[in-house]
Amino acid sequence: MRRSTGLLLVSVIGVSATACGSSEAPSSSAPNSVTITVACQPAKSAPKERQAWDADVAEFMKAHPGVTVKSTDQQPCFDPKTFGPKLAGGQMETVFVVPVTNYNDVIAQGQALDVTPYTSTIKNWNDLRPDVRELVTKDGKVYGVPNVHYSVGLVYNRALFTKAGLDPDTPPKTWAEVREAAKKITALGPGFVGYGEYSGGNTGGWHFTQAIYGRGGAILTPDNKKAAFNSPEGKAVLQNLHDMRWTDNSMGSKLLVGWESLMMAMGSGKVGMMLGAPDVVTDVVNKFKGNVADYGITGFPEAKASLSGGEAYMINPKATPEQAKAGMAWIDFRFNTVGKGRFDFARGKAIGNPVGVPDNDVYGDSATGKALQAERVKNASLPVTNYEPYVQAAVTVPPKAEPVHAQELYAILDVVMSGVLSRKDASIDELLADAETKANTMLAAKG
Amino acid sequence: MRRNLTAYGFLCAALFCFTVFAWYPMVREFILSFQKTDLINPPTWVGLDNFKAAVQDPAFGEAWLNTVEFTVLALLCGYAVPFVVALVLNELRHARAYLRFVVYLPVMLPPIVAVLLFQWFYDPGPGLFNQILGFFHLPPLAWLDSSSTALISLVLVSTWMNMGSATLIYLAALQNIPPELYEAAELDGAGILKRVRHVTIPQTRLILLLMLMLQIVATMQVFIEPYMLTGGGPENATVSVAYLMYQFAFSQMNYGQAGALGMLLMLALLLFAAIQLRATREDRA
Repeated sequence: MRRSTGLLLVSVIGVSATACGSSEAPSSSAPNSVTITVACQPAKSAPKERQAWDADVAEFMKAHPGVTVKSTDQQPCFDPKTFGPKLAGGQMETVFVVPVTNYNDVIAQGQALDVTPYTSTIKNWNDLRPDVRELVTKDGKVYGVPNVHYSVGLVYNRALFTKAGLDPDTPPKTWAEVREAAKKITALGPGFVGYGEYSGGNTGGWHFTQAIYGRGGAILTPDNKKAAFNSPEGKAVLQNLHDMRWTDNSMGSKLLVGWESLMMAMGSGKVGMMLGAPDVVTDVVNKFKGNVADYGITGFPEAKASLSGGEAYMINPKATPEQAKAGMAWIDFRFNTVGKGRFDFARGKAIGNPVGVPDNDVYGDSATGKALQAERVKNASLPVTNYEPYVQAAVTVPPKAEPVHAQELYAILDVVMSGVLSRKDASIDELLADAETKANTMLAAKG
Repeated sequence: MRRNLTAYGFLCAALFCFTVFAWYPMVREFILSFQKTDLINPPTWVGLDNFKAAVQDPAFGEAWLNTVEFTVLALLCGYAVPFVVALVLNELRHARAYLRFVVYLPVMLPPIVAVLLFQWFYDPGPGLFNQILGFFHLPPLAWLDSSSTALISLVLVSTWMNMGSATLIYLAALQNIPPELYEAAELDGAGILKRVRHVTIPQTRLILLLMLMLQIVATMQVFIEPYMLTGGGPENATVSVAYLMYQFAFSQMNYGQAGALGMLLMLALLLFAAIQLRATREDRA
C-alpha cells in the first residue's frame, strides 16, 4: 500500500512541479538555423521502422538546409498522462501527435499553436477532407494537420467464421446477423467469444458512443447542454448487448477494461467480432500477434453515422515562428506526401510492414486520396479483399465528432456498459436515467 | 559544532529531500487546488470552484464510500492477518527464516507484477481461483466482474501484496518482549490466548497503534489495484478517491480539480491522524 502512496506522490510531483517548470521552447541556435524536436520516432525494438524514420529525417534535413531535426521515441507517442506536464515542463516536442479523442481538450486548453498562417506549407492541404479539417479548427483558426482519419467498422475473425460454418465473404450487415454469428462462434467451444465489447477505463463509454452514433442517436443535444443518450437508440444499444451477454452467452464472462484488453483477446484468435476501425487490424497483427490472414473488416452494421477516429500533428504553442514553419514542413514531408514517409508504401512493404489496410481516408476521394489508395493497393502485402466490404460501406456513412467533455461522459457511460455486462438483472431504463442525471449535473457544472 | 558537522550534513540532505519531494509538492497542490490551469498559460484564481466541481462530480460520493469500505475491509484482513502470522512465526522453532522469507516475498515483487498475477488468478475462465473452486465442485465466481465481489477482490490483492512488511514489523516487536513475562504467565497457568491477551498485546500496543494509523493512511490512498484491475468498475464499485483524482488530472486534464480532491483527502487523513494521536496521548496519560 505504501507503494500507492509513492505513486500518488509522484503524480502530485508530476502535476505540481512541472506546473512551474521551464517555459522555454526547444531553442534555435542561430538566426539562419533552427532546431525542432519531433515525436513518434519508432522504438529501438522496431529497428527497420526506426531506420526508415532516420532516413526520412536525413532526407528532410538535406532538403531543408539550416533545419536540424531531433527525434524522440517515447511510446505511445501521445500519452494523456504526460501530455500536460511535458508541455508545462518544456519537454514537449515542437511537433507532436494528438488523437482525435483529445483534439477538443488540447485546443480548448491552448496546448497547440494556431497554425493558420502556415497551412500553405502543407501542399495537399486543400485535398484534406473538409470535415476532417473542421475537427482541428476552432473559431476559424487551425490548430493541427490531420494525417489519419477513419470511421468505425466491424472487425471480424475470418478464420473463426469459417470454423463456425459462416461465410467470411458475407459478413453480418445487421445487428441481428451479428447476434446470430456471435452465437455460432461461441458454440465452437469453451473460451470462444462471439462478440467482444469494452466496459471500463473510459473505453466502455467510448464504444457506447460509437454504437449509439451508428444507430443514429446522439450523446448530447445539439446545443451540448443536455444528455441525449437516454433515447430509443441508447436503449437499443444496451438491450442488444444485454441479450448477447445474458440470453445468448456469446460475449464471454470477463469484463474488458482498457484498450489492450479487447485487442489482446482479439489477437488470441478466439474473439469473433468487435466494433473497431481498420487500425484495429494493424494493431492486432503488429502488437498482439494476430495472424494477418485471419482478420477482415466490414461496414458498421445498420450505420447511420460513425464516430470519427484518427490523429493530427500539432505544433508546440511555445515554438518560434521559424520552428513552427520548419515543423509544418516536416509534417508535410513525413506525413502528408504521397510516396514519402508514412505514405511510402513500397518501402513499408519492403521492410515487412502490413500494407493494404484501408486505415486512412484523410484525403477522401480527392486527387491525393486517389493517388494514396492506388499506391496502397499496388504495394499491398495484406489481403486487401478482406477489407473491401468496409471500404465500400464506409463512404456511405457520415462521420460524427466526439461529444464535448468526452472523457467525463465516457466515465459516466462506463457505468452503464459495465452494468449491462455484469448484471443479468440490470435495468437498462434505470441505468440510462441515472447516467443522464449524472451527465446533466456534470454539464451544468461545466457551464 | 564541528563534532556535529556530519549530523548536520545528514540533516540537510533529509531536509532537502523532504522539501523537494514532500513539502513543496504539498504547497503546490494546495495552491493548484484554488487555480484553473492548463499548465501552459498563467493560472487563474478560481476560489473554491475546484472543490465545488470535485464534490459535484457524479463519482465523488461513490469514491469516498468505496474508499472507506476498502479501508475497513483492508484493516480486517491487512491488520489482523499479519499480526496472527507474526504470532505463529514467533512461536515456531523450525524453518522460521524460510517462512519469514516466504511471507515477505510478495513485497519484493514489483506491484505491477503482483497485480497482473492476480489478474490471471481472478480470470473467470482459466483463472486459478475458479479452477480451485471447480476442483471442489463449487460454482465459479465473477471476482472482479461483479459489483458485489470486485472490492473485496481488490482487498485480497492489497493484503497479499503488503502483509509481508507488516508481519516483519510485528515480528520484530514480538521478539522484543522479554521472555520472562511469558514464563511468569505460564507459571500462573495462562494458556496461549491469555498470554496473547495479557502479555503480547499490551507489550506491542504502541506498534499496533502506529501500524493502525499507517495502514489507514495508506489504504485510504488505494490506487494501483483499481487502476490496473477494474478501471473503477463495474458500475463504479471500485472507484477510489485516489483513482478519481487520477481521472481528474490525467483523463480529464483538470489539474485544479484533482488538486482539490487531493486536499480533501489530505484533510480527512490529517483529521483522522489528529484524533488518533490525541486518543493515544490521552490513553498514555
